[in-house]
Amino acid sequence: MSNLLQVRDLHVTFVTPDRTVNAVNGVSFDVRRGETLGILGESGSGKSVTLRSILRLHPEHRTRWSGSIKLEGDEILTMGRGALSDLRGQRVAMIFQEPATAFDPVFTIGHQIAETVRRHTGKGEADSWTRARELLEMVRIPSPAQRLKAYPHEMSGGMRQRAMIALALSCNPSLLLADEPTTALDATVQIQVLLLIRELQRELDVGVIFVTHDIGVAVEVSDRIGVMYAGKIVELAPVEQMVDAPRHPYSRGLLASTVHDGMRGRRLEAIPGAPPDLAEVPTGCSFALRCKFVQSNCVARPPDLREVGGSHLVRCVLVDAQEAGVAA
Amino acid sequence: MESLVPVEDRGGPAQPLLLASGLRKHFPVPGGLLGRSGKVVRAVDDLSLSVAKGETLGVVGESGCGKSTVARLLIRLIKPDRGTMVLDGDPVDEPHGITVNELRRQVQMVFQDSYASLNPRLTIGETLAFAPKAHGLPAAEARARVRDLLDKVGLDPTNYAERYPHELSGGQRQRVNIARALALRPRLVILDEAVSALDKSVEAQVLNMLVDLKTELGLTYIFISHDLNVVQYLSDRVLVMYLGKIVELGSVEAIYGDPQHPYTRALLSARPSMDPRRRTKEAPIQGDPPNPIDPPSGCRFRTRCPFAEDVCARAEPPLADTGAQAVACHMRIAGSGHSKAVAT
Ligand SMILES: Nc1ncnc2c1ncn2[C@@H]1O[C@H](COP(=O)(O)OP(=O)(O)OP(=O)(O)O)[C@@H](O)[C@H]1O
Ligand SMILES: Nc1ncnc2c1ncn2[C@@H]1O[C@H](COP(=O)(O)OP(=O)(O)OP(=O)(O)O)[C@@H](O)[C@H]1O
Ligand code: SF4
Ligand SMILES: [Mg+2]
Ligand SMILES: [Mg+2]
Repeated sequence: MSNLLQVRDLHVTFVTPDRTVNAVNGVSFDVRRGETLGILGESGSGKSVTLRSILRLHPEHRTRWSGSIKLEGDEILTMGRGALSDLRGQRVAMIFQEPATAFDPVFTIGHQIAETVRRHTGKGEADSWTRARELLEMVRIPSPAQRLKAYPHEMSGGMRQRAMIALALSCNPSLLLADEPTTALDATVQIQVLLLIRELQRELDVGVIFVTHDIGVAVEVSDRIGVMYAGKIVELAPVEQMVDAPRHPYSRGLLASTVHDGMRGRRLEAIPGAPPDLAEVPTGCSFALRCKFVQSNCVARPPDLREVGGSHLVRCVLVDAQEAGVAA
Repeated sequence: MESLVPVEDRGGPAQPLLLASGLRKHFPVPGGLLGRSGKVVRAVDDLSLSVAKGETLGVVGESGCGKSTVARLLIRLIKPDRGTMVLDGDPVDEPHGITVNELRRQVQMVFQDSYASLNPRLTIGETLAFAPKAHGLPAAEARARVRDLLDKVGLDPTNYAERYPHELSGGQRQRVNIARALALRPRLVILDEAVSALDKSVEAQVLNMLVDLKTELGLTYIFISHDLNVVQYLSDRVLVMYLGKIVELGSVEAIYGDPQHPYTRALLSARPSMDPRRRTKEAPIQGDPPNPIDPPSGCRFRTRCPFAEDVCARAEPPLADTGAQAVACHMRIAGSGHSKAVAT
């Protein structure tokens, strides 16, 4: 599998007159063609900011960023206007939690998808509508020909989410960014949409970055999972390893504190405290304040992301010091 | 002036703490010529339940099925169109019963949105002292109660009493909301998605705290959530709702271990897998829940049910006891006419 996307040492800081937010503090990862990378983390950990950086969607005048994001070898952070517009229109597509923001309420779904197809492929009127119908079929919307004529508000939540996926895929992107696309959906609808995304990812062989705060959701869709905390990826591993043998104290804490089957009657292992304020860049490990294994060298300098075998990366001094096992 | 000592148990442990029967709430749908379309949202339809002393009753179901409406009816934030309630033997809002005010003292509620629930201009201490003072507790005693409450929810009183809501994290604000719900020493606390907005690591802290408080204060909970795992963790009995109706009700072991209603089964198997080697292969049911304005005739689940037959459209299945749990499905009613039901 070749690399589709390469992110290296990405830093994103928002500077406003009254505050500074160090939202992303040195994030590196790759996405291969045809794989789904899950990014799991709690609220404010920098998941959305990381994702939006790939499309350079941040307000230019008050965002400071550094590092590198390359799509198929092309540097995104220094890209010119024309290339950036190609990137957004054709190479990378995004779906998010609220489909209402993807659609204009005054036009039918069909009109909006056909219009996008026409703009990106130069197809004629009739061909664009045919393609729009195929796209609705592809996302398993029943009676697609009729649905083309529906307005966004006339569709149920799950149906709108499918239509948004159709719109995103209309330009044949090589990378799909998904920011909690199923979080607002009902349980019985969420699983339908998750399975759809998984199937389409295989059918179309696109790379997917799937952001979520729900471990179960990440497990259902991901090939690899990256766990984010305070603007850093603290652990990155193939999904089986992440679930079976998480190594970073935060990943372990997150898995242990997530309630699931068979925990009834047992006391939950909560992580004390709350995530740090992002106004300052921490001098050491940003999890140190909440970590039960904390030592003096945790706060001296930020730990590096170390490989612990089999493309499993961990950012923790315990792993730095003696390669594994000790914290267990 | 009402007394602020905890209310004594009256009917004994066997008498339900709360009984609700035939609760109904329909909301008019705006629209049409006179601003009313004549249609109604059947948010809660003839729902009966009982809550035993000291138990946690979990309530699950998808968005819009009526969970919050049930909660708001139970503390009379909204008036039911019909139905009655009895609190430990006392009819509510009836000549020989207790007043709605007394009900609201003994039954308290915690909402999902920790920020909107707190007055931004009051310190945490002022917020917590408000209800006890309004019920006549002298200032010094109210201050002592604030300290005690903060202590109970794990917030250091000297550090937190003077703070404002925006100076707290989401988890801390939700602790304050729980403390406020406890300020009048209630017997029943209704938690409506009370931990849903919290991050998992913080959610676990608050769940542990809820378990401790329940034992320490001898509380009874109604725990409403769309998170089936959390409901399983906390509840003794579980009530499953679909479009304003109860479809299944039973012990947590029965509901999770041997669910009978096709909807309960679908809901449970729609949970994302935590095991990458056993991912979900197929969605248990297709489509979205229908609109509660014009719910399907007969069984409201029939439009999504893989077992629906003619009888399901014709007749509404009553909630029938099957031993371990009560189920509203024609397949479980002897002689209903469903091909999978036992004949009488
Ligand atoms: N445009 C912006 N200006 C200033 N701060 C921002 C901006 N966008 C995001 N932030 C801040 O950056 C931090 C990271 O936010 P981000 O949206 O990436 O979190 P997240 O991990 O996606 O969380 P959630 O699960 O809540 O969506 C937060 O503190 C957020 O308030
Ligand atoms: N004040 C109101 N006026 C009109 N309709 C209402 C009102 N309150 C609730 N409803 C409707 O009643 C139905 C039940 O709503 P309710 O809030 O009880 O659902 P819920 O199960 O709590 O959903 P959620 O999981 O989204 O919180 C919904 O269709 C809702 O739109
Ligand atoms: S009554 Fe009929 S439609 Fe309803 S759940 Fe049972 S079998 Fe399905
Ligand atoms: Mg986000
Ligand atoms: Mg609700």
